[in-house]
Amino acid sequence: MNPIREEKIAFFFLFLSTLLVVIPVGLIILIIIKNGLTAISWEFLTDVPRAGMRQGGIFPAIVGTIYLVLGAIIFALPLGVFSAIYLNEYSKKNILSRLIRLAIINLAGVPSVVYGLFGLSLFVIFFKFGTSIISGSLTLGIMILPLIITSTQEALQTVPKEFREVSLSLGLTKWQTIRRVVLPSALPGIITGAILGIARAAGETAPLLFTVAAFYLPHLPKSIFDQAMALPYHLYVISTQIPNIGENIRYGTALVLLTLVLGINLFAIILRIRLRHKKRW
Amino acid sequence: MYRIKELTIEKIIFLCGIITILFILLIFIFLLKEGLSFFKTVSITEFIFGKNWYPVSEPAQFGILPLILGSLLVTLLATIISVPVGIGSAIYIAEIAPLWLKDILKAFIELLAGIPSVVLGFVGMVTLAPLIKDLFGLSTGLTAFTGSVMLAFMAMPTIVSIAEDALYAVPKTYKEAAFALGATRWQTIYKIIIPTASSGILAAVMLGIGRVIGETMAVMMLTGNSACIPKSIFDPVRTLTATIANEMGEAVVGSQHYFALFAIGIVLFLISFLINIIADIFLHKKR
Repeated sequence: MNPIREEKIAFFFLFLSTLLVVIPVGLIILIIIKNGLTAISWEFLTDVPRAGMRQGGIFPAIVGTIYLVLGAIIFALPLGVFSAIYLNEYSKKNILSRLIRLAIINLAGVPSVVYGLFGLSLFVIFFKFGTSIISGSLTLGIMILPLIITSTQEALQTVPKEFREVSLSLGLTKWQTIRRVVLPSALPGIITGAILGIARAAGETAPLLFTVAAFYLPHLPKSIFDQAMALPYHLYVISTQIPNIGENIRYGTALVLLTLVLGINLFAIILRIRLRHKKRW
Repeated sequence: MYRIKELTIEKIIFLCGIITILFILLIFIFLLKEGLSFFKTVSITEFIFGKNWYPVSEPAQFGILPLILGSLLVTLLATIISVPVGIGSAIYIAEIAPLWLKDILKAFIELLAGIPSVVLGFVGMVTLAPLIKDLFGLSTGLTAFTGSVMLAFMAMPTIVSIAEDALYAVPKTYKEAAFALGATRWQTIYKIIIPTASSGILAAVMLGIGRVIGETMAVMMLTGNSACIPKSIFDPVRTLTATIANEMGEAVVGSQHYFALFAIGIVLFLISFLINIIADIFLHKKR
């Protein structure tokens, strides 16, 4: 076959496979927006579920998700940032740093439902936290830790070596250099990573199944040792466990969850693009 | 004074540095702690090769063969769908698309990676399942095939982004040399670029498979949840992950059923461990 013709055919198929990935993404988002918008009202967002979740709103689920995500990031951000500082600024290339890298990769690959099992056995049962916000937050926190470490490491790597050398030559200690020179320069990248971690935690269901989730709880949690509803789990419950529920309530819940998660993601992406343009060095 | 502060901080940073090792060990230890009690009464062969999963009947049977086959079937189908399409898109995005389109396509892939799996499960239930039911004249749309299609879609961001990185990393000089010898763009792509990037592409495939095996929510909502050995791809199945997610809520803490679910967790943990190590070896293979 003529090589030019062959190229045209090959490129056509490659283009087709790209469309196969991209078009469904658009369709899914459009379907949810189109069907979900009719359900969204002030009442839907601020009321508790009523009539066996067939009426009313999803307020406790929204609040529960916010608590869980805040807890997860408060736990994971400092740990992740310090861990990345160790890997990037202190560690030498040896067996230990290899082991740490392997641990990060594997932590990122553990199936989310296995995190659920782990959270159940460690936090709920062993530490006797019970099914509670704190158990769920810690489980989610460990789950997003690899993401935070990797993004912080990337941010630290973009800080030029000269910054550190100048600071050290002026007589600052290593930690002073990190705190006053390296971290401020890397901060935007670290924040972007943290926001992506928040988005990831907000959308996860499986780690919450046995650690926090309340099927139906028509009031707000009072302490971190209370059970809570969570938005993704609520969507799972009303999609599979409750018969004869209005389709628009399901779509509405999906839309709120999708807006929350993609909104946070979008925020991080925009932040990243703007910071890339602003970089001073 | 400064010295003491400096040393304390260095100690704290070191502890945080090794915390990931601690967590991965903790996960494994706690899975073993609960899961190993199960093997006091049931042998490993009975567990892995037992054909019946009846955890709550009297006497209970804990054979996970149907669950393993369920996971294997959906993973295999999803891989067959997602690998050619995913690598095709990666090639298109990395080598062919004009710059402006490239950014848009990458944004879509990132968007897809962000959609929570429970949302994809829900969308699959209301759109994909009825479609497949009508298309193939089935009694239910919740089948292994339905789950696989959605899983293939969910593996795309992993496969596309890692394969694209691998393609992008091929030195420009290779391409220029091929052009100079009179090769067309397509000839350059499949004779030079793909072979050079092959280990990275393999890593992308492995990580995609890892993503599929570990997926829980969407697969639980779409595959029909029947713990029988599947005879066709249009049978309902149940995966290892879905079994844990489905049954842990009802299992009494400390019961045989509870321990059995942790034993499944050990199996999943080991599978994902293996896949990630293999992918990492591919990813860091020196050329």
